[in-house]
Amino acid sequence: MVLKIFFPQCCNRADSGLLVGRWISSQDSAVVLAVIHYPFIPGHVKQYIQQMQAKSGVELSVLGSWSLPKDGQEGMESFLRDLSTIFPQERWLQINREVGKMGFTCDEEEQEEEEEEKVIFVHYEQRKVMLSQLHPIENGVPDPITAPLSELRQMFQTVANSQPLFFLDRYDDGPLKSTHWQTEGREASIIVELSRCRDAAHSPSLFSLLYFIFRIFSLYPLRFLSSKLSTCVQLSYRTEYMRLLSSPKPAAGHTQFMRKANIVVSFLVDVALGMLLIWWLYRDNHITMLANTLVPAADHVAKELDELLQWLMGAPAGLKMNRALDQVLGRFFLYHIHLWISYIHLMSPFIEGILWYGGLSACLGLTFALSLLSDMVALLTFHIYCFYVYGARLYCLKIYGLSSLWRLFRGKKWNVLRQRVDSCSYDMDQLFIGTLLFTVLLFLLPTTALYYLVFTLLRLLVVLFQGVLHLSVDFINSFPLFAMSLRITRPYRLAEGVKFRVLCEEPGTALHLLMEINPLKCSAVVQTYRTPTYSCYPKDSWAALVKKLFVGELIYPWRHKTTKTD
Amino acid sequence: MEDEAFTDINGKSISLDCQSHSSLCSEFIVSVPKVSIGKVMVYTCCVWLLAYAVFFFTENTAVLSSAIFITLVGMMLHIHFVKVDHESLLVIGSLGIQVSSSYASGRETTTFIEMSKIKDIVINEAIYMHQIIYYLCVLLKEPSDPNAVSSVVPLFQSSKPRLNCLVKVYKSCQEIISKC
Repeated sequence: MVLKIFFPQCCNRADSGLLVGRWISSQDSAVVLAVIHYPFIPGHVKQYIQQMQAKSGVELSVLGSWSLPKDGQEGMESFLRDLSTIFPQERWLQINREVGKMGFTCDEEEQEEEEEEKVIFVHYEQRKVMLSQLHPIENGVPDPITAPLSELRQMFQTVANSQPLFFLDRYDDGPLKSTHWQTEGREASIIVELSRCRDAAHSPSLFSLLYFIFRIFSLYPLRFLSSKLSTCVQLSYRTEYMRLLSSPKPAAGHTQFMRKANIVVSFLVDVALGMLLIWWLYRDNHITMLANTLVPAADHVAKELDELLQWLMGAPAGLKMNRALDQVLGRFFLYHIHLWISYIHLMSPFIEGILWYGGLSACLGLTFALSLLSDMVALLTFHIYCFYVYGARLYCLKIYGLSSLWRLFRGKKWNVLRQRVDSCSYDMDQLFIGTLLFTVLLFLLPTTALYYLVFTLLRLLVVLFQGVLHLSVDFINSFPLFAMSLRITRPYRLAEGVKFRVLCEEPGTALHLLMEINPLKCSAVVQTYRTPTYSCYPKDSWAALVKKLFVGELIYPWRHKTTKTD
Repeated sequence: MEDEAFTDINGKSISLDCQSHSSLCSEFIVSVPKVSIGKVMVYTCCVWLLAYAVFFFTENTAVLSSAIFITLVGMMLHIHFVKVDHESLLVIGSLGIQVSSSYASGRETTTFIEMSKIKDIVINEAIYMHQIIYYLCVLLKEPSDPNAVSSVVPLFQSSKPRLNCLVKVYKSCQEIISKC
């Protein structure tokens, strides 16, 4: 069997001492965590190890001895061998290194005589392995019988959980002096300690107020409205996550921590972008300019619609329309437009005020400003929505009537009980009236179809614009900015795996490998750490959408997904 | 270090470098010939002549600058994402197998497969259009059923060496894997 020893790089030049670590005996490997130097009292060492084991939950033990003889320190061999009697273990490693040589030698004392074992030294950088998280993340304790943890995972977990062992090092005044990654410098650890203490509850008052408002919105009459307005949806989403963040419990596990961090960072970026928007909007009278262009723009749209309807009432694209129906539909829609324009003109003195106060909402974040814009667009183009619904309903009725009368024309009937088409014998007068109506509807079809086509296209245009706004809001909400910046600045923290490199070998020594962390790919980072949102996604596939358009059913192409709970 | 004349499935010559670091560990590097300067010059000249012809008819200088930009960006993308310089296989007994490919721009992608997940390394046959080719692959174990094969990871996919090269690599790998 091959013996694998995971040796930290910081201990390569440590003074002679005892090796402390953990045996992963199912795979015949040992993870060395620290080296305890002479002089020490064996009783103290045993006590210390038991303390550390209780604190960290890792099965620590003395693995063996390490000797790097400095000048004037010969004759350690026998002393080191005697140590194995003081610390009775099943296996005792004796790792020697000579100054000037790169390779280590390892001897092992065995209880029985076996054939010569092979040894592989795997050097790892302790601080990076301690901080890194192997993906795919396995939460919870797996069943050790059916799915044993892989060796690398066990090794990473051992180093990550042994943090209490790394508090004291050789420069501290304690009973024991040990060497581990902290001996290389302590600056980083202070920042890490500080950042780990920052689960303070964020200003709870503001968010409880918002949450209270959100609660009001879920009362019955307002619930329908609040589910339709994207600003309210965005508000509820944000308050829910803020409540999650402001709970005083610290994050349990890596996933929770990353989720919280991502939410905080994306919220801050959101607010920063919102502030930028406010700064741009409120200087140089941009608001007045916007308000002054809004009403003429609405007028312009109304005029274009007018012209469109006049064109439809004539002979559009050379098609011959039914004069009477054409006039009726055209006048009906023209009157609607006239109503709408009067409404806009009524509102025009207030537009500037509305824009001014609405722009303030951007201080809550750019997403709010965008949702507000989407809602305003929806309200301003409400007449297009109405036209679409009227046109679609008329068209749908016509298609329905046509299909039913077509079946009558052929002598068939729709059997509701059996959900199929059956033959049926009609009376003479039924056939007569049926055929008449069929012909009437058929010849009126082009007119209705044309109106339906025009208004559906307009509606789809508005839906497209709203969809773009919603997509950008969703992107800002769900993109894991913290995880991505962590991947770019500290790639060793998110590990996809490891990679090995063979270190220069000398004849007669064991094999030395360097284990480096292979960082996660950026696309995998986004996929793993995406914050779940209420994202809008297309409800139907393209084929279903086209079919619905053809038949005249009302389409609502975007559907809000309800927020997933963990 | 050994270097014989091996070829890939299309007949282009490749080179194999076997390094045995110890009885437990050996590394195999298959190198593909580099980008030839003649080919690069031919492509660039074609693209620029075409752009100049278009410019001659349209009198728009944006065509020329866009042709230069496209050529540069295309070359950079090609050497960074497409052109593989060498592929290597590092077998460490009782630890695992590391597969890495390094691109012409110096970028390296590495994957490490642990020994507990590996069932075996075999040479498989595949029907590729009108040819039957051999490729070396790693069979991975299913965690629930140790006798089933959950997936196949093919090795040396860009260099595609022929059977004689594969047999050499296979023999050395099997020596190491069967020992532990």
